[in-house]
Amino acid sequence: MASSKAGSNRPLSPHLQIYRPMLSMMMSIVHRITGAALYVGSILLVIWLVAAASGPSAFETIQSIYGSILGQLVLFCYTWALIHHGLGGVRHLIWDTGRGFDHQSRERLIKGGLIGSIALTVLIWVVVYATHGATG
Amino acid sequence: MRTPLGQVRGLGAARSGTDHFWLQRLTAVSNLVLSTVFVGVLVSLAGDSHASVVATLSNPIVAILMLLFVISVVVHMRIGMQVIIEDYVHAELPKLLLLMGNTFFAIVVGLSAVFALLKISFGV
Repeated sequence: MASSKAGSNRPLSPHLQIYRPMLSMMMSIVHRITGAALYVGSILLVIWLVAAASGPSAFETIQSIYGSILGQLVLFCYTWALIHHGLGGVRHLIWDTGRGFDHQSRERLIKGGLIGSIALTVLIWVVVYATHGATG
Repeated sequence: MRTPLGQVRGLGAARSGTDHFWLQRLTAVSNLVLSTVFVGVLVSLAGDSHASVVATLSNPIVAILMLLFVISVVVHMRIGMQVIIEDYVHAELPKLLLLMGNTFFAIVVGLSAVFALLKISFGV
């Protein structure tokens, strides 16, 4: 396209690398990464549901894969990605209303999101293990 | 420079106005509620037998909430990935192909999950 050629000599905005990494900036990047990870991870849910719809033997196979050490690790990360992205979403919805942009609220929202996502993920998995033992 | 007609239509350069922005927020809110239900259902089902998973998922309330969750998530993730593609892929053809692939992926994921949930509900 002609427009992309015309734009090639224009100054670019500064690259991310020249900035000192800040927590708010990392959280913004991680929000996008977790979103993309959840996108790919949606396949895990589809496989699980289709296996359940296919019958006991297919379901058994998937449960044993999801219940393996590697499976559990992936599901743990998936849980964290979901909660991190969810809490990040809440932060963005608050910012959408024009609130929470001053330094203190910003830092609180960011740190709350990070700590909250880790705490909730651990809590969920503690509940899973406490109620089911080894899981799938 | 915007013509008076363009201003009234309010569709902007992407020709879709604020629809994308709004749909992302709308599904973000529904995702918050529905994914909480989803996590609750999965925590209660973790490691259970096929019979008990099918019994829970075929409960009409659970099934309806799971179907809503799948639809809400698929719409949200499709337009989210669209933004990622538009941000990083600038060559026309790869961008077009990825945007098509993105839509296909979202439809396949959504339809497969919905079909599986309905099959579980109506009897395996």
